[in-house]
Amino acid sequence: MKAPAFDYVKPHSLAEVFPLLQQYGDEARLLAGGQTLLATLNMRLSEPSVLVDLSAITELRGLTLAGAMLRIGAMVTHSEIEASALVAQHAPLLPLAAPHIAHRAIRNLGTLGGSIAYADPAAEWPTCLLALDGVVVAKSATGERRIRADDFFVDLYTTTLLPGEIIVACEFPVASANHWCDFDELARRHGDYAIVGLAGAGQRSENTLAQVRLVFLGLGATPLRALQAEGVVKSQPLTASLINQAVAALKNELSAVGDLTSDAATKMHLAGVLLKRMLMKQMQSKNA
Amino acid sequence: MKTLAPATEQARYIGQSLARPNALRLAEGRGTYVDDIELPRMVHVVYWRSPVAHAHIVKIDASFARMMPGVVAVVDGPQMAKICKPWVATLTHLAGMKSAPQYPLAMDRACWQGEPVVAVVANTRVEAEDALQYLVVEWEALPALIETETALDAGSIVIHPQLGDNLCFTRSLDTGGVDAAFASADAVAEVTFQFGRHTGVTLEPRCQISDYNPSEKRLTVHHSQQAPHMMQDLYSRQFGIPESQIRVICKDVGGSFGIKVHAYPDDFATVALSVLLERPVKFVTDRLESFTSDIHARQHRVTGRIAANKSGEILAFEIDDLTGIGPYSMFPRTSAIEGNQVVNLVGGPYRHQQYRAKLNVVFQNKAPTCQYRGVGHPIACAVTEGLVDAIAQKLAIDPLVIRQQNVIRDDAYPMTATSGIKLEGLSHQQCLDKIAVMMDYPALRAEQAALQKRGIYRGIGIAALIELTNPSAAFYGVGGARISAQDGATIRLEPTGAITVMVGVGEQGQGTEAIFAQIAADAVGVSMELVRVVTGDTDVTPYGGGTWASRGAGIGGEAVLQAGLALQKNIVGVASVILKRDVSEIALVNDAIVEISSGQSLMPLAELGRVAYFRPDSLPAGFNAELMVTRHYAQRDYPFIFTNGVQASLVEVDVDTGFVKLLKHWVVEDCGRVINPMLVDEQMRGAVVQGIGGALFEECLYDDAGLLQNGNMADYLVPMAAEMPDIEVAHVETPTKTSKLGAKGAGEAGTAGAPAAIMNAINDALSPFNTTVYSQPITPQKILRALGKV
Ligand SMILES: Cc1cc2nc3c(=O)[nH]c(=O)nc-3n(C[C@H](O)[C@H](O)[C@H](O)COP(=O)(O)OP(=O)(O)OC[C@H]3O[C@@H](n4cnc5c(N)ncnc54)[C@H](O)[C@@H]3O)c2cc1C
Repeated sequence: MKAPAFDYVKPHSLAEVFPLLQQYGDEARLLAGGQTLLATLNMRLSEPSVLVDLSAITELRGLTLAGAMLRIGAMVTHSEIEASALVAQHAPLLPLAAPHIAHRAIRNLGTLGGSIAYADPAAEWPTCLLALDGVVVAKSATGERRIRADDFFVDLYTTTLLPGEIIVACEFPVASANHWCDFDELARRHGDYAIVGLAGAGQRSENTLAQVRLVFLGLGATPLRALQAEGVVKSQPLTASLINQAVAALKNELSAVGDLTSDAATKMHLAGVLLKRMLMKQMQSKNA
Repeated sequence: MKTLAPATEQARYIGQSLARPNALRLAEGRGTYVDDIELPRMVHVVYWRSPVAHAHIVKIDASFARMMPGVVAVVDGPQMAKICKPWVATLTHLAGMKSAPQYPLAMDRACWQGEPVVAVVANTRVEAEDALQYLVVEWEALPALIETETALDAGSIVIHPQLGDNLCFTRSLDTGGVDAAFASADAVAEVTFQFGRHTGVTLEPRCQISDYNPSEKRLTVHHSQQAPHMMQDLYSRQFGIPESQIRVICKDVGGSFGIKVHAYPDDFATVALSVLLERPVKFVTDRLESFTSDIHARQHRVTGRIAANKSGEILAFEIDDLTGIGPYSMFPRTSAIEGNQVVNLVGGPYRHQQYRAKLNVVFQNKAPTCQYRGVGHPIACAVTEGLVDAIAQKLAIDPLVIRQQNVIRDDAYPMTATSGIKLEGLSHQQCLDKIAVMMDYPALRAEQAALQKRGIYRGIGIAALIELTNPSAAFYGVGGARISAQDGATIRLEPTGAITVMVGVGEQGQGTEAIFAQIAADAVGVSMELVRVVTGDTDVTPYGGGTWASRGAGIGGEAVLQAGLALQKNIVGVASVILKRDVSEIALVNDAIVEISSGQSLMPLAELGRVAYFRPDSLPAGFNAELMVTRHYAQRDYPFIFTNGVQASLVEVDVDTGFVKLLKHWVVEDCGRVINPMLVDEQMRGAVVQGIGGALFEECLYDDAGLLQNGNMADYLVPMAAEMPDIEVAHVETPTKTSKLGAKGAGEAGTAGAPAAIMNAINDALSPFNTTVYSQPITPQKILRALGKV
């Protein structure tokens, strides 16, 4: 299918974007990597009258250390994140997750900002942002807002971003010396949105994890934190029985929405397997 | 491997792994696919398709759509029916088969989600799509029949009331002693297999340009199609245009797999539009409509039983197959063939004496199904091989051993198998022995046992198979379908010594033109660089059936060989006249006429061409140089020439997640003479991958209302490279004696055997848990359920 006709503008600074958003309101759509948006246009699922291409706005690019935060511009691509030494050092969860995002050609174009804004519940970046307790930096004509990931993803493809606001960057707390993180997911074909995935992050000392955040993708309408499971493992030495308790807590607190080939029970079972494996790996690596 | 005697005196090319001459053009993006063609005054059509499984069309209001920019016409079913006759797709040799008349566009009722109802034609594709949004079609949903299981129940709706019921075709086969065999058997196993409806996803979708020229009353159709002459005949009959006034051109075809061997309603609709509008009309299906308008295949539920005695001797098979084919039998090959093949093929490799089969082919309100690569073989093979493994397990006999014990002996041919199929010559024993060596079977079993102790569950699955190729007219012609079983080749010597080869079998990306060039070069005695192959144009090539049923190499290749030999004979005759030497003293070798006794070159072919074409005055009076010859070939000795092979799969099942990792796949195949090993290997690998698709990934998932839920490339999972195992291929060559070339088909056997091998490997891996999965595609969830984990 062919996209319906639309206008196209390519502003060169953020200052030019806001008046456009004001002028066109709902009719305008920001174009980042286009890897999600262009497919929806071609399928005529969405018919905006103007696309505002963000690719020439240098303020949305760049990876920088800003104090205790690693700041990644909204227009930084998945591939750039995957290859960045700075990211590997300060937010090692991201390069662990990146290879699971789609395929190389898509990662070369798809952007962090696009993924966070689209908020697919099975997408890797929103899950990692939540696991790392990151912050979305949003700007509008009236100023800048910093929104914690915990407060950002509210429903299916729905965030607390306001009309007229644009994501300019995401910030990730810089990994400390005892930072722990891991990522795993189960997808039937490599590169597909996974049936279920898990991002874990926290502080590690010996066989104990503290400030643990366990976030699942693919289970519900948003990336989901397993707060009870986090509570079970938090600051306790990892043992097989503790891990089993954590899995039980997970199954108690979260419920899944099934998809075409994996129902809710399967997803919850798989979520439990991912959690158990991630924690066992951690326990075994410490015992080794 | 014992080597075959060459098919021709000079054997420079046949048997060599040569790159396809057309590959570079395609790799450089310089192919000519239908959508690359732009004709003057061409317009574009899009179809409004039924959004539901079954609906009464109440009213079509095109007034707004007609006002949209660029719109040329909006045409509905009744308008088209005035110039295109309806069709009923049945074959007389499938006794009792029935179907209902079908039209290019639905008349007052749509019977599946995706059935074309209204055509919107505009100057550009975008304008046509824009206008489509303003077309108002009023419809009332009708109750839909979705499940095959209830299709024959008294309370179910009858999709075509005039047919009386929803039974398209039924067949029973019984050798008579089945009950006695089961009663006397030491062991019996029974399994119910489910096969998910899936489709063949071609890289290039179906597309067509229909160009009717009223001044000449002539129709030219550019088509991405496998059988140009078949389409020429069908257009002629449905539109009442003499076939000599119809030209069908199939240039590059971007994959077909059987999807493009059928005559779709929108094919006729596009032709009708061109006739009505008197200008070229282009139709290109987009990916979303491909999923609901291309044929689907393989939706079967088969209950099978097998009987054996303690020694492992298989005594009998019995199957009951129920298959759902959509609301109409597909034109012109019909939708009953797939089930019919299952009946013919179950038990095919084995020596059992008793067999009973029952087949019911039923209508339902889903997309029509028809022949897709392998046609019935993947079902029959999975059922047969699943049952063989089930009985082997009961008897505690190794799966390889029970096959070696029961396959028809290599020296038993020709013979008639228990289902009645005639087998010319197969090599099951050699193939099984060879694969055992290739995979180092004992070592694999030892490794499997060792890993199992560490909680790693690997499985080995084996599947023996037979595959029908080189069909005679028994397939379609005897049933009244005007589909050519014969094929022809014309070869012309050019003045420069080059040759041009025109063949009725076309190229779909599989390398057919390459092997025709190899055969022609050897048969005539010229270098392959001097061979040009032309296919896919009914105005140019000899009449032929085209590409299907693994017939290209075996039928088309033999026609090329015979034409090449005949041309060589004529060339030598001309040389004998020019050189004043007896034909017995000279030969055509490597582009030159040589003296046989000395091997000395007497005259380059180019010189012969020059004299023959430009200086015929120098030849004796009354002598004519016939430097263009045509030969035809039809395989008439057997209904089909069967091939055989064996596949094996090594998998690892993660019993916590239900995920299957494909570690390795082995193929030993016997397609008779291998003309180009590289191309046969590629066909095997590609077909194995498509078989793996059906076994693990692909399924058209419908909801209870008959709506396709995953008709897009994100949710319909085609197999992808990352998940595929290494596929090792080896050959055994048992040439068919029905032709000089000795080639049988190689395009489908991979798809036939892979699902069985994968399924058996998974069940082997699951055997420590005493559970099995017989429902394809085998998803992680199905495995977890079998393991009792969810
Ligand atoms: C075949 C395929 C497989 C994929 N698999 C995965 C996968 O496994 N995991 C995964 O995470 N993703 C996957 N994706 C999606 C891919 O990662 C996308 O790139 C990403 O989701 C969107 O990023 P984008 O830059 O392409 O955004 P676009 O498509 O350009 O935009 C997406 C949406 O975000 C809005 N938007 C973009 N930038 C901003 C901004 N700065 N501020 C506010 N709103 C903005 C747009 O207006 C639009 O609504 C896949 C895509 C494809 C085509």
